[in-house]
Amino acid sequence: MNVTALVKYVPEPQGTPTLGHDNLLIRSGVDGALDPGDEYGLELALQLAEASGGQVHVVSMGPDEAMAAVQRALAMGAASGLLVTDPKLRGADALVTARVLAAAIARTPADLIVAGAESTDGYTGTVPVTVAEMLGIDSVTAVRRLEAVADGFRIERQTEAGYDVIACPSPAVVTVTAGATEPRYPSLKGIMAAKSKPVERVDAADLGVTDLAATQSVTQVTDSPAKAGGEIVQAGDEAVAKIADLLAEAGVI
Amino acid sequence: MGAVWVYAEVTPEGPHPAALELLTKARRIGEDVAAVALGPGAGAAADELGRYGAATVYASEDPVFADHPGRPAAHVLASLTADHAPSLILFAGTYGSRDVAGRLQARTGSTLMANATDVLAPDRARTEIFGGTKIVDVTLAGPEPRLVLVRPKATAAEPSGGTATVVAVAVDVPADARGARIVERHEEAASGPNLDEARVVISGGRGLGGPDAFAMLDELATTVGGAVGASRAAVDAGWVPYAYQIGQTGKTVKPDVYLAVGISGALQHITGMKGAKRIVAINKDADAPIMKIADVGVIGDLFSFIPALTQEVRRRAAS
Repeated sequence: MNVTALVKYVPEPQGTPTLGHDNLLIRSGVDGALDPGDEYGLELALQLAEASGGQVHVVSMGPDEAMAAVQRALAMGAASGLLVTDPKLRGADALVTARVLAAAIARTPADLIVAGAESTDGYTGTVPVTVAEMLGIDSVTAVRRLEAVADGFRIERQTEAGYDVIACPSPAVVTVTAGATEPRYPSLKGIMAAKSKPVERVDAADLGVTDLAATQSVTQVTDSPAKAGGEIVQAGDEAVAKIADLLAEAGVI
Repeated sequence: MGAVWVYAEVTPEGPHPAALELLTKARRIGEDVAAVALGPGAGAAADELGRYGAATVYASEDPVFADHPGRPAAHVLASLTADHAPSLILFAGTYGSRDVAGRLQARTGSTLMANATDVLAPDRARTEIFGGTKIVDVTLAGPEPRLVLVRPKATAAEPSGGTATVVAVAVDVPADARGARIVERHEEAASGPNLDEARVVISGGRGLGGPDAFAMLDELATTVGGAVGASRAAVDAGWVPYAYQIGQTGKTVKPDVYLAVGISGALQHITGMKGAKRIVAINKDADAPIMKIADVGVIGDLFSFIPALTQEVRRRAAS
């Protein structure tokens, strides 16, 4: 089974994000990483490919630095990659991103396309299903377990009440929740091997995506009202009583 | 200006509470408000949807919407949109609604904004970034309908006492557009209230050190009738399932009391809980960022504090 994994290069999650003068998140020239949320899907892809003798192909859209995310995926075991990078795509919204990714994915046949549930920096959480609709294929989000079966996939999907078991035909797009798999660390051997794996770099025009119009604009950014600080107490009998009092005042006990 | 629509999730138990919040908001920004309710329970839900402001409810009881997540609803919504040309459609920020909105966007080619905390006009919405420290106002442009996903509990639902006219929707979803099919449904019933509605939420973070310590939080939660949540760190470590996650990439909760246990207070987490009325943090680190927003910060060992608190609550309940 061949699997395509979508990965996003995001500003370092532990770092401090900043906005540029155009109110867009600064992604260039800051420390970044392959979105930790994408690693769960990437790990699932690697496991499925290994079990079936197939390959994982990685697709990403981002600034030039985003190649680091593709390289990490290759180091983890993906066989090939494609990076869509284009100054015209700076600030691309969910719709433009979906158009680009759909066109990029269509270049390489795959039985399954995996993505994270939502990115760490944008957290819109809809791009993968928009891509699925554009490709005319099925999708299942919030996947916590997936196995390949005769006519497609048997999937456990996280729900608010628990989980659903879903029968999904192939090909499909799935988004994988955090904790569904334990992502592997790239080995030194993997990191070395990544350097000679095939990676393509394309721009929007190469993919035939020309409608890049922005349909949202930020009109202002203001600080939220700061919350007033509270009191600090040392743990002990008094603190226990204090918190029990607080629960009682709230009418909870 | 076209109508403001609300995509209302419905089940035989009634409309999803978020739908009533969205209708309350829709009434304030548009004069012509309608709801779309697809699936078993739609007809019965129409009364309540009307009471919260929908003048019209486009409804279908067809089980195809319950059995196949997302795809059929998006298909029918696209067709309704083409017929009636609303300006704006509001969706709840739930797993199910996100799937419908995301697919609809591919059909309408219109803008989609997620995680809105407020909707100010049919073409203006608001969100928060950087862990909730910045408020961002966004203008929505391009073709209609604009699609906005609103975070649950961003608005308090208020009835307006109206009644809705129900318009039956013809369902014509070709077999190859139904998509993936639900074959089993499993409830992993928490013994107490669910996270979205609990008055007390007790959340565990990296400081718990592993999955076992969550049993201690469960016990306290049972004693106070609350629900257990978790930070992203605990979920990423595989200690609890994703459904427990509170924060930017998880649930937003607004309980009366939030206990953050062994949680450092990364901005990502704070986004999901800063609306709680009273925040208590238990941590061994007095400099943990969570202390800045806690009403009371308890510095010390959570492994002895939590059981002691549970015991004290039981003692008071018994006397």
